[in-house]
Amino acid sequence: MTQTFKFTVNGKPVSVALDNEETPLLNILRNELGLMGTRFGCGLEQCGCCTVLIDGVPEKCCAKPVWSVAGKAIVTIEGLGTPSRPHPLQQAFIDEQAGQCGYCLSGIIVSAKALLDKNPSPTRAQIAQALDDNICRCGSHNRIMRAVEKAAAQLRAGVRA
Amino acid sequence: MNAPVLPGPLKDNPRLDRWVAFPAPGQVAINTGRVEIGQGVLTAMVQIAADELDVAMNRISIRSGDTALTPNEGYTAGSQSIQFGGVAMRQACADVRALFLDQAAKVLACPANELSIRDGSILRKGVTTGQDYWTLAGAVDLKVNATGSGTRKPVTELKSIGQSSARLDLPAKIFGQATFIHDMRLDGMLHAHVVRQPHRGASIGAIDERAILRAAKAPVQFVRSGSFLAILGDDETAVDLAAVAADTHVKWQNVEAPTAIQQEANWLLQRPAVDRVFGAEPADLKGRERFERTYTRGYLAHASISPSCGLAEFRDGHLTVWTHCQGVFPLRAALVKTLGLEASAITVHHVQGSGCYGHNGADDAAADAAIIAMQLPGKPIRVRWRREEEFIYEPKTPTMIVKVHALLDDAGKPVDWTQEIWSPTHNQRPGAGGNLLGALALPNPPPEPPPNDVPESNGGGATRNAEPLYDIAAKRHIHHLVTETPIRTSALRGLGAMPNVFALECCIDELAERAGADPVAYRLSLTADKRARAVIEKVAAMAGWKAGEPGGAGRGRGIAFARYKNRAAYAACVVELDVDEEIRLRHVWCATDAGLVINPDGVINQLEGGIIQSASWVLKEQVRFDNSVASGIASFDWETYPVLKFSEVPEIDIELINSKDEVPLGVGEVTAGPTAAAIGNAVSHALGTRIRDLPLTRERIMASLLKD
Repeated sequence: MTQTFKFTVNGKPVSVALDNEETPLLNILRNELGLMGTRFGCGLEQCGCCTVLIDGVPEKCCAKPVWSVAGKAIVTIEGLGTPSRPHPLQQAFIDEQAGQCGYCLSGIIVSAKALLDKNPSPTRAQIAQALDDNICRCGSHNRIMRAVEKAAAQLRAGVRA
Repeated sequence: MNAPVLPGPLKDNPRLDRWVAFPAPGQVAINTGRVEIGQGVLTAMVQIAADELDVAMNRISIRSGDTALTPNEGYTAGSQSIQFGGVAMRQACADVRALFLDQAAKVLACPANELSIRDGSILRKGVTTGQDYWTLAGAVDLKVNATGSGTRKPVTELKSIGQSSARLDLPAKIFGQATFIHDMRLDGMLHAHVVRQPHRGASIGAIDERAILRAAKAPVQFVRSGSFLAILGDDETAVDLAAVAADTHVKWQNVEAPTAIQQEANWLLQRPAVDRVFGAEPADLKGRERFERTYTRGYLAHASISPSCGLAEFRDGHLTVWTHCQGVFPLRAALVKTLGLEASAITVHHVQGSGCYGHNGADDAAADAAIIAMQLPGKPIRVRWRREEEFIYEPKTPTMIVKVHALLDDAGKPVDWTQEIWSPTHNQRPGAGGNLLGALALPNPPPEPPPNDVPESNGGGATRNAEPLYDIAAKRHIHHLVTETPIRTSALRGLGAMPNVFALECCIDELAERAGADPVAYRLSLTADKRARAVIEKVAAMAGWKAGEPGGAGRGRGIAFARYKNRAAYAACVVELDVDEEIRLRHVWCATDAGLVINPDGVINQLEGGIIQSASWVLKEQVRFDNSVASGIASFDWETYPVLKFSEVPEIDIELINSKDEVPLGVGEVTAGPTAAAIGNAVSHALGTRIRDLPLTRERIMASLLKD
């Protein structure tokens, strides 16, 4: 039976009609809405490539059934900034060249945003802890943590996307 | 005068229009056979072309890894892209520049030596002439072979090369744009999963199609050829659900899962092997003190963050394949064999995937898509492996045993060195005769590849870095190439270099200790190689190394050194760590000499990655077998195969010794061995006891402490 689910993505209302209410949010974002920034990494809620904000909380969405996000506000990497108006985190990741293959970065940047929303002056240890649910296999960890520190400083100074 | 010798890839692909074009006013297009795997190679190639053509980087677009367009440079592997591919690009661009200067001289009726180029414009004695690459392009024929007569820029004139340049591919990844192969969507495309044959020879017994269709909750279809079974449909979720259900509802026959005992290095000792001996003649053993130690390392997974993905479409007799593999031309050759098509009927395009670090499932996923596409002409097929599928079926780097036999002089220095290795092959890439996984399930599977490993001329596989670079009178290595393994093995970052350097550099520390010498001073006493001495001295200074610093109280420091393949980049690392029941890395210092550096920040990024990945291997990683699991592979996700986390990475400091007059060398693999051995040496320094088996798990640390 087809059901309709309504929620917002990056501030825009979305309505999707689906036969399978268990369809993961990730597949909706990528296949129905064409938002490819949220990546598939494992489908097991382990690696963090698919991290999005759900009502402000960083969550992995590769196994998150669509029924569970009805009425909620989703923010994806595309909702943070654009090349012409980068979010301070995105600018800091470019400045620090914080990435190698870059496949993990969407989820990491979203996790970092959730941290900075909550804690504008995190220590290096707090940044590490906040990102421990995200796997980076290329070994860009130190650059990524430097970028988050830099973005935090920018945000504290009032810089916005 | 002899004709100039062309760099290898340019000799193999001499037509200049294969490398460089001027497609529209103000624009330059370059083509490379090397592909982006997260190492920043495309950015480095653009830097190289900018300098040799005298144009701004932002005028240059680059295409890579495409059988229809780019040079065939084999594999992007072995840290060779810059050393060979980059040098070929330099020469191709230098030849092109020379042809344009000759043409400009004709048009301007002046000697070519009065001319120069600034951002694509031709200058005469420094003054603009109204001519540029694009006004002249119609009259310069690039459908000619390179001659090597174009003069490459001297080091003093390099502007872009040697400067840190921001990676061209990173912004798309930071803004979440569709940039990976996983993000490709073609009109009418079907998603597909292959129900994996557990191993060669296993056959399908029974398929409960109804149960699978029920689980999918939306229409899916089956494609079958022999034991090759695929499930496909236009809804990715349904295809995913069906594939999970197929784990239960497809029954396989003749399945033999690997057992726990087979995961251990010592299992190799009982297996059939081809023995290979390289190096010095057997030594006269008389009157010398003997030193013997055995080191081991388990099976490792590439564990790429994204499972492999491939797309294919067979239309009007032509097969088009999209892949993130490291070699589009070798993959095409393998597809020719598998599918019976002519090479001219197959085009393979590279599209970026996540970091691969070697031969992962990429080629196989592309082959899966191609096999399915051949059965459904006109339908684009997308195969995206499941996480478990990548862990279980990607080729693993083999477990290895490395036994060092050294003979010592009166001062306790080695005068004769034998490194004896037990290891399966490190190369079953399709281009080395290895099989595509899907092909093994087809009705007429290809034969097993003959026992083989990477030849010594290409740096060796299991034998890579099997000899110390140090000044030792006689050195040899023996490889027992184990020919029977329970799982497929192939190339991972550095191949045998990591276990070999781990063994030999830990032995050097053991010998230093026996001789009562400091590990840094002992190493320096063993080498006259200036570049080797420079990185060792540099890293010791960076780390504030103090000879005779006491260890044994749970904190330790260790040093290690290697020259990758004994002929490429040099690296030395110092590691500082704490050990109680587990190891906590505090700091890694690294000094590297990779010859002429193209993009310093890119090089540092690669070195950092190599250090962290090697640390992860050493502290955490081993693929475990268990025949109570259906596949026999007990390491099938991130919980059963954990890797280093953000809170576990050390601080890292890197310095480059920029040897501008030396050949530029790759750095992706150079730190694998030195990091591993420096950790091993630091653990020994901290504990006062040595662990010789990797990974350095809690169980091994506890056992080692109890033993003392």
